Amino acid sequence: MPWLRRIAFYAALLAVWEVVARSGLYPPYLLPGPIEVLATLWSGLAQGLFVTGTLVSLRRLAVGYAISLVIGLALGLLIGRVKWLEETVGSLVLGLQALPSVCWLPLAILWFGLNERAIIFVVVMGALFSITLGVEAGVKNTPPIFLRAARTLGARGPSIYSQVVLPAALPAILGGLKQGWSFAWRSLMAGELLYFTLSLGNLLQSGRDLNDAAQVMAVMLLIIFVGVAIDRIIFAPIERRVRDRWGLTG
Amino acid sequence: MLEHATGVAATARQDTIMTAASGGIPLSIQQVSKQFTTRAGLLTALESTSIEVAAGEFVCLLGPSGCGKSTLLSIIAGLDQPSGGLVAAAGQPISGPGTDRVLLFQEAALFPWLDVQHNVEFGLRQRGVSRKERAVIAHGLIERVHLQGFERSFVHQLSGGMRQRVAIARALALNPAVLLMDEPFGALDALTRDRLHSELEEIWSATHKTIVFVTHNVREAVALGDRVLVFSPRPGRIIADFRIELPRPRSLDDLALAAQAAQITATLRAAMGDDLNTRR
Repeated sequence: MPWLRRIAFYAALLAVWEVVARSGLYPPYLLPGPIEVLATLWSGLAQGLFVTGTLVSLRRLAVGYAISLVIGLALGLLIGRVKWLEETVGSLVLGLQALPSVCWLPLAILWFGLNERAIIFVVVMGALFSITLGVEAGVKNTPPIFLRAARTLGARGPSIYSQVVLPAALPAILGGLKQGWSFAWRSLMAGELLYFTLSLGNLLQSGRDLNDAAQVMAVMLLIIFVGVAIDRIIFAPIERRVRDRWGLTG
Repeated sequence: MLEHATGVAATARQDTIMTAASGGIPLSIQQVSKQFTTRAGLLTALESTSIEVAAGEFVCLLGPSGCGKSTLLSIIAGLDQPSGGLVAAAGQPISGPGTDRVLLFQEAALFPWLDVQHNVEFGLRQRGVSRKERAVIAHGLIERVHLQGFERSFVHQLSGGMRQRVAIARALALNPAVLLMDEPFGALDALTRDRLHSELEEIWSATHKTIVFVTHNVREAVALGDRVLVFSPRPGRIIADFRIELPRPRSLDDLALAAQAAQITATLRAAMGDDLNTRR
């Protein structure tokens, strides 16, 4: 029974944490126990502060990710299908992908000022190249026989892309989308640490400013929870569907 | 009442698909050749080849692997350009793919992201046929290839024989005048292949479509074809044109068929032997 083992593990972890916190080894403002952290989490949610912060962060994530998705799909398709674009833009994308997206933050602040646009820019830079490369890989590895079959059945022009190339590339695209989302999430948190309005990253930072480790840990828990939830609610069902259709269930 | 009406429409529609005005068209292949540029230099896959196929004729192209017969089929389908020569369908020179000629592949080439019904509907969707009408046509054809109940199945859930049946239904949905079949049953076990032979023969006698069927299996060619064109090894050219007069439906166990096959095999052997000798 794996769930039983899992529950036992987390119970033990919390118990050890509580014991160490109470031992007086570290002052409580540096290492609060799980009970205190959970209480902070609860009151933060009840007061609405954490809820608002989460919503602000999720909105930025959604906007940035949507922009990356549109640009990434188009760019990936072009790079995957047009040889000279692959040789030029493709190599640039590959290079930029190697750059951790947080590195865009100083430039974004110079360009846009420390505001919403700078943060969304960093989120876009986080997700864009992973999505582009995923789409490109999927498109390039489309078995030529699907294209031949589509053409002999009368498919022409754009419908070859929408009805054959993109669906054929879906498993690889999905990999890119997932990696893109996790990069976007990380860059968003990094960006928000520097930013003054209420958000998840900002709540972390304000916890530090107030010497309130309980708040820092509570927000960390919240960030983990949101990340896992997005994975479970959005990506897991899509992945399962694709696996079932393609017969990739191993 | 409504259901009944749709049922009648379906039957009527299926009748038009299967019989009326769906007969084959003649194909004229005039001095078609194909060269590929490879790292080793210019490779001739197909030497200048001319074939006249009558409307509704079932022609088998028989030859060893790499003799250019599949290349020729792609050229007739309009998916590849010939290096020289001309292909005309019903007297009109072809310049690209057209749904009057549909190519079927050895790997079936079904789309794994679509279920059986939507695979069958694919060509109709390209043609802009309404969703409702597509479903009616697809149902009729799925029944015709004995796959009723598998409409919602995905490709990986089907056996090799079932996949080829779907591929045949998908091609028939467009009601093409010509079926171009590239070793469609090559990867199937003998029993499944026999069944598909007789099913294909039935479809052909019901529709009188022109069929060009590529195979390297002599008995398959003799069992199916009105004519068997034998290709030499690469560079491919036609070395014999057998007319098969055996009565239909044919059986692989028929002695006359076996004798005919033996004769063709001998021709093929001689050609292969020539090839081996010249290489030495």
